[in-house]
Amino acid sequence: MNVKLRGPITALASIITLVVLWFVVTLFVSDRSLPSPFEVASAFAVEFKSGELFYHLGVTLIRVLAAFFVAMLIGSAIGILLGMDAGINRFVEPWLILLLNIPALVIIVLAYIWFGLNEAAAIGAVALNKIPNVIITLREGARSLDPAYAELATVYKFSWWKRLRHVVLPQLQPFFAAATRSGISLIWKIVLVVELLGRSNGVGFQIYLYFQLFDVATILAYTLAFVFVMLMVEYFVLQPVERVSTRWRP
Amino acid sequence: MLDVNIIDRTFTSADGTKLKAVENLKFQLPQDSFTCIVGPSGCGKTTTLRMILGLDTDYDGEIVKSGNGVVSAVFQEPRLLPWRTVEQNIRLALPPTKKNMPLESLYEPLGLTPVKNFYPAELSLGLARRAAIARAFALTPELLVLDEPFVSLDDDTADRLRELLITVWEANPTTALMVTHNVREAAMLADHILLFSDRPAEVVATLAIDTPRAQRDDAEISAIVQRIRESR
Repeated sequence: MNVKLRGPITALASIITLVVLWFVVTLFVSDRSLPSPFEVASAFAVEFKSGELFYHLGVTLIRVLAAFFVAMLIGSAIGILLGMDAGINRFVEPWLILLLNIPALVIIVLAYIWFGLNEAAAIGAVALNKIPNVIITLREGARSLDPAYAELATVYKFSWWKRLRHVVLPQLQPFFAAATRSGISLIWKIVLVVELLGRSNGVGFQIYLYFQLFDVATILAYTLAFVFVMLMVEYFVLQPVERVSTRWRP
Repeated sequence: MLDVNIIDRTFTSADGTKLKAVENLKFQLPQDSFTCIVGPSGCGKTTTLRMILGLDTDYDGEIVKSGNGVVSAVFQEPRLLPWRTVEQNIRLALPPTKKNMPLESLYEPLGLTPVKNFYPAELSLGLARRAAIARAFALTPELLVLDEPFVSLDDDTADRLRELLITVWEANPTTALMVTHNVREAAMLADHILLFSDRPAEVVATLAIDTPRAQRDDAEISAIVQRIRESR
């Protein structure tokens, strides 16, 4: 077998096996709460044709991206600062531990109460759940910066921007990659909760709607559709970006 | 020209022990000279270079650089940014006004033309050192500081790089200050040699080497080495 295709072919075979197993189980357990792959596919087709699926997937995706960028921007700025300044870090550390241990649900409920049932509160609450993780990852990154490169930048009088772009950020790349990987999946799960509690569109809202109707097939159709979207983001955005940014590694 | 007058540089360790690295160190470098600092290991040579480079400012005394103050350095390791190619590394060191200047006249003698688009990890140590030398010369510095730039190379490669360094330096004259613990290396390259004492570092002797580099054969180099040993 072609070595390059071995990965995708194995992955495909694995997914097909899972679907077949699912189908076999539904042959024996005939229950409305466990629809077969065909029922899920037809629920998917209904939502697809009405345009509902695209609309709600799109809304959720935009919320995921907005929360992701807000969390990465704020979290990495604070994380890098804390990694470079031990004094500020000692002071901020208790806040960080507090924030890390507040359940996502509490942050969401409080955000809606304090800032109203609006988009900013929704995205802010999701970002706030992710920010402490980003801070901790990037703080480790900033602590591991090699002083030899900082000296190089000083001797050759690098400007602030040149130093950030060519010396600091490339060293932090693995930490950004780690924060992104762990972040994007965490964020989409929390976005669904935010939508369920206080939004009138998005995958979370739809799942809540079909939960009240006990329509498991449509719930699974939405879930799998969004998992598929995230898979595409992984293969066509995250992995290519990572390949480009690590091509200097031998 | 460089005028160094360091009265005191003392390190304090975590448990409060004080260590005097440099005391009453005074020397001057004439314009466009090539000076080597030779001294026992741990005597404060690298500390002195760090103060001259502005990486260590915690000292009593004065370091005066004349001219436009452009300083460049070749460190003990090549210290190229691993995520940038050879050419990008060299151009990054240039000031914004010169960042598109042609570099072929530096690549050619140093043999870097075929590898200018390589990443540092793809280079041998010898080639990476050449790239570090090219970077140091590219911005036409007023002062070039070299901190044992040829350590951990085999003898043949080190000798070839020394010749290349002199070739490039003669084509781009500047005041050069090199630290080495290799007396023979100093005898091959320098026109002035500063002998440092044990810690705290001060200048024990200053030697002027008048023999032109081209005429320094093995016998002549041995004679210079002998002179350095006798001056200690």
